[in-house]
Amino acid sequence: MQTLSFNPLYPFETLEIPFDDWVEVAFDWIAGARPVFQAIRRPIDWVLEGITDLLLFLPPGLMIALLALVAWQIVGGRLALGTALSLFFVGLIGAYEQSMVTLALVLTAVFFCAVIGVPLGILAARSDRFETGLRPVLDTMQTTPAFVYLVPIVVLFGIGNVPGVIVTIIFAVAPLIRLTNLGIRQVPKDVIEAANAFGASGRQLLFKVQLPLATKTIMAGVNQSLMLALSMVVIASMISVGGLGQMVLRGIGRLDMGLAVIGGIGIVVLAIVLDRMTQALASSERERGGRRFVERGPIGLVRGLSAGRTASAAAAATQRRG
Amino acid sequence: MNDKIVVENLYKIFGPDPRDALALVRRGLDKDEIFARTGNTVGVCDASFTVREGEIFVIMGLSGSGKSTMVRMFNRLIEPTAGSISIDGRDITKLDEAGLRDLRRKTISMVFQSFALLPHIKVVDNVAFGLELAGMSREERRERALAALEQVGLAANAESYPDELSGGMQQRVGLARALAADPPILLMDEAFSALDPLIRSEMQDELIRLQDEKKRTIIFISHDLDEAMRIGDRIAIMQGGIVVQVGTPDEILKNPANEYVRSFFRGVDISKVLTAADIATKTQVTIIDKPEQGPRAALRLLGDFDREYGFVIGRGRRFAGVVSVSSLEQARRDNASLDAALVPEVATVLPEAPLHELMGVVATSPHPVPVVDDQGRYRGVVSRTSLLQALDNLPAETGTDAETQAQSPAEAVPQQPSPVAAAGE
Ligand SMILES: Nc1ncnc2c1ncn2[C@@H]1O[C@H](COP(=O)(O)OP(=O)(O)O)[C@@H](O)[C@H]1O
Ligand SMILES: [Mg+2]
Repeated sequence: MQTLSFNPLYPFETLEIPFDDWVEVAFDWIAGARPVFQAIRRPIDWVLEGITDLLLFLPPGLMIALLALVAWQIVGGRLALGTALSLFFVGLIGAYEQSMVTLALVLTAVFFCAVIGVPLGILAARSDRFETGLRPVLDTMQTTPAFVYLVPIVVLFGIGNVPGVIVTIIFAVAPLIRLTNLGIRQVPKDVIEAANAFGASGRQLLFKVQLPLATKTIMAGVNQSLMLALSMVVIASMISVGGLGQMVLRGIGRLDMGLAVIGGIGIVVLAIVLDRMTQALASSERERGGRRFVERGPIGLVRGLSAGRTASAAAAATQRRG
Repeated sequence: MNDKIVVENLYKIFGPDPRDALALVRRGLDKDEIFARTGNTVGVCDASFTVREGEIFVIMGLSGSGKSTMVRMFNRLIEPTAGSISIDGRDITKLDEAGLRDLRRKTISMVFQSFALLPHIKVVDNVAFGLELAGMSREERRERALAALEQVGLAANAESYPDELSGGMQQRVGLARALAADPPILLMDEAFSALDPLIRSEMQDELIRLQDEKKRTIIFISHDLDEAMRIGDRIAIMQGGIVVQVGTPDEILKNPANEYVRSFFRGVDISKVLTAADIATKTQVTIIDKPEQGPRAALRLLGDFDREYGFVIGRGRRFAGVVSVSSLEQARRDNASLDAALVPEVATVLPEAPLHELMGVVATSPHPVPVVDDQGRYRGVVSRTSLLQALDNLPAETGTDAETQAQSPAEAVPQQPSPVAAAGE
């Protein structure tokens, strides 16, 4: 056999970099730091388990009523009715439990998105250099197809719900960071100057001026994170995450149209309900008729009733005395 | 009056290398040269002046002349590059963070051109904002905020949100916010410039009223001369970062330091700014009214100075009336006293009357119109010539030292050009 000599027209017949080997080696090395990854898993595990237990603990009828009440409180009566009816329908077609699992996964992911994203957004707003450094990272996170980092996540964290949440966080956190940064940077300069002129400390400036004035934009970021998290549900199920995504994936795998469509309907219902709720949270109280949160919806009703009762009780008492 | 704020050799240079530029400024290069050479902008250059306690000190100048930069160095929203600012004798350029916050919370507050209210909280909470930052309890700061709103006449709007109020009302909120902590010093950067003219003069009146109630030291930035003249006790004029002149409105009006300062006053309606006292002359023949005095001496005096009219002054420089050559001759023929020679129905004007109110009186009076203050004291006269000269913005031989004269002993002879018939001649 004759050894190949280097031919510049066909350079790759003789030249090759074993990049895949290197990556493997690197991952083996990183995977050596397993305790670190276990530590990352733990808080996610707790939160996920807590939320899942909560959602599945209540009987479906009660849970649906509760979610409808929440929708009423945050948005209004129409969404409450819509929520109740559509969740009821999802239950009828046999996807109630999976919906609750998916809801728990998504809420956990968004919770951690907020825990990570808001502080990073604040830092980015405070330092131009940090923002410049962060931007390509965020671009990468948002544009890299989720399939690509499924593998390293599996290598580092294994499979199951918790790695699924981690994948979802990576995919969904970027817009929240961006919008927090944007929201804080958009606070008018003169208002910042005024706060400084009246002797605000850095903390007071952040909590009394910047964050309140950025709330709307930050909530828009939460909304986007939530929608992205929902859109990850099916992909995440490839690393054996349960819930609606699993139904869709299995339906596709077995060419079981019925199963896939049921899962799909569940996802859409969750998306609509969650979208409407977070959008409503993003608009200020004053834009919604000026009534304070506790004066509206079921809470307002209960407060009104109990206030009425105490008032009439007091009136009765005075009458008795008089 | 005490000096409240003393500014000494204050510089602010914006840009990449202020120290370098500072050396060049001190070598006498001007703003443009320094920008061309180093890329640094001179915001304020070697400013030294004092602001007295309880005065409204207006800083005037064209846009970009460094007014905002100057006023922001007083509470160090902008850090001075060099120089010192002393408030009550304490150099605030040396304060640390905590000291600075304390200064901003208790001693100096600020009103902004753009109002800069917090849109997400109610008017009363906006007013209480500074107190909240200082850590005051909810009830106490609410009480004080309501009191401050009361002062600016907005108590009824306490529960509104800022965007529900008109511009003028929003700026009242801004003013109330600044007053809430009751600071001795108020900085106002073009505070009324965003308001329309009517509201603006209303706010100026409001400020003067507040100042009458309680004297604060107010640094007021304006690019509007009428505003500066109206509210300013003293005015500093800035040009390209340099304070070119400091003085009372009158002093600057009469003695502009350079062409730039003069150009400010070009558009000014002199007839509204200058008053009778400003242009009153004392070159007329004044006759001291003594009981033993007769018309004869007065007649001779008028003859000596070839004047038709004389102005009779009694004890304590009290204005007694006007005599003319013909009325004196009549009195002499009748062997009557000087009093009998007084011309009937002489119109007088108050020293604080603006020129435009004098025109009618001066035009119809046969003799120069005497300026008499509310105590009845004679302060000079306004003649047609002096009025026309003043309105034409020409340097007239005005009685700049009207005040010193008014203070001089009543019986003393007014100074030189003014001929006097004294008693016992
Ligand atoms: N932050 C800044 N950076 C650089 N240059 C500035 C800055 N602020 C002000 N300047 C410059 O300083 C000069 C004075 O500005 P300013 O004090 O705002 O003027 P005014 O208030 O009289 O209109 C101007 O030439 C302006 O361009
Ligand atoms: Mg300015």
